This record gives sequence, structure tokens and C-alpha cells, in this order.
Amino acid sequence: MNIEWYVVLSSLLFAVGAMGILLRRSPIVILLCLELMLNAGNLALVAFSKMVGNQQGQVFAIVVMVVAACEVVVGLGLIVAIFRRKLPLDVDSLRELRG
Amino acid sequence: MEAVLFFLAALGALGGAVGVVALRSPFYGVLALIVHLFSLAVLFLLLAAAFVAAAQVVVYAGAVMVLYVFVVAYVGGNEEPELDPIPGQRFLAPLMGAALFVELSIAILGSSLLAFETHGADVNPGFGDPAGIGKLLLERFLLPFEASSILLLLAAVGAIVLASRRDEPVENPTAPASAGTPGESRPAEAGAVGSLRGPS
Repeated sequence: MNIEWYVVLSSLLFAVGAMGILLRRSPIVILLCLELMLNAGNLALVAFSKMVGNQQGQVFAIVVMVVAACEVVVGLGLIVAIFRRKLPLDVDSLRELRG
Repeated sequence: MEAVLFFLAALGALGGAVGVVALRSPFYGVLALIVHLFSLAVLFLLLAAAFVAAAQVVVYAGAVMVLYVFVVAYVGGNEEPELDPIPGQRFLAPLMGAALFVELSIAILGSSLLAFETHGADVNPGFGDPAGIGKLLLERFLLPFEASSILLLLAAVGAIVLASRRDEPVENPTAPASAGTPGESRPAEAGAVGSLRGPS
């Protein structure tokens, strides 16, 4: 398969993830859509790594995985904290910081 | 053979992604994301990235998704309410997503990278194995490696601080009484929680 296919698939997955973030209101689902976008970025990194024939892109992908894991841990901690304070799990209700 | 595998995995990845966005229950969304991650691991294997694929399955589909399932089970996979606070959100969001995809595709296809039309560089069988990645991580990228370990530590500490239960009594009775359950949080936090509470 040409590299082009992988990169176009990656951009499609990124667009689907962005659409999910715009569409959904549950914080858990928004975190899941963030995962989609990060993984789309990973796919592009690995595809470019194969295109150039250099392993450094794969190292970048692993670092992105680490960042994604940190983001998940903090995000889920926030969700648990919101739930424990009996606030609604809906990003449209938690709008105090919007100004 | 490679093309068949690619299209199967691409279909799985795309179907999983659409499932995450479209399924109303967060629990099914997590399951769809697991399908998506396994399909992505197949794509990584096709791109000669064996170690990244293994890390994808072990770290993501193993650890992170178990965390998600636990939190969904704890919070309760309640479905979203039907109300539509932003007018036209249901139509504008897919439009924006499609616009983003078109824009990215124009950027990709309009770039003059000739290597896009090829299978990529011819790599030797050891490309992307743990030995090569580990050598790069510990020699060339030692500083980012250590920085990411510190980041992981900070994230773990932050999660513990965020999600820890505080059973201390309320020291200041003038704190807003509407904030949370009494005796659950300290006054400063109680004020913050009180202002967090939106119009319901």
C-alpha cells in the first residue's frame, strides 16, 4: 500500500475525532474522542517513519502514547472528582470558566 | 494480501472511530475504541512498527481501556440528555469535521512529497523492533525519555490528588452551604465547587 493511503486514513480518523469532540457532551466520550485524535497522529507519525525509513518517528509515536496515558489519567481523575461532588457530568452544565 | 489486510484494518479503525462518536452509551463507546485500537495495531504492523503495535495493544487496549471501563462503571454509563443547548450543533459538528477532513486532504495531496506514491523506504527485517527503538530511546532521545518518565510520575500524583476522598470536617461554617455534601470538602474547595455548579 502506498504511504498516501495511511496518511489519508489518519486525517480521516482525526476529523472523526474532532467531530466527536464538537458533537458530544459527556466528558468521558470527549476523552475517548481525544484518544481518537492522538491515535490518528500516531498513525501519521508511523507512516512517515516508514516513508523515510527511519525509526525516529516510531519513538515519537511512543512518546505520544505516554502523553496520551497521562492525559487519560488526569482526565479520568477529574471526572471522578466531578462525579464525587455530585455535579452533572455534562460539559454544557460546567460552564463557569467560559466567562 | 497486504492491501486486503490494510482495507480490513482501515475499516475496523474507521468503524471503531465512528462507533465512539455515534454510540450513546459511554460503555459501548469504550468497546468501540478497543476495536479501533486493535485495528490500528494491525496497521502499525503493516508499517513495520512491531514494537509500537505491541505497545499499542498492551498499554492502550490493556491498561488505559481497563481504566476507562472502571471509571464508566463507577460513574454509571448514563446516556446523554437529549437537549440541544447550542442551536444547530447536531448539523454544524459533522460539517466542521468534513471541512477539517477536506482541508487535511488538500494539504496532503497538494504537498509535493514524491515518496507518498511509493511503498516507503525498503527496510531491513529488524526495522522497528524493540532493540532498535530501545537504542534510540536510551541514546539519541535520552532527555525526552527521562522527561516523559517525570511526566508519568506527575500524572500519577495528580490523579491521586484529584480523585482522593477528603473526609475532613468543615472548618469554616460560613462556606456556601449549597456546595456538595457537608463535611466532604474543605472550605476553599467548597467555594470553588459552589461556583462550579452551573445553572441546572
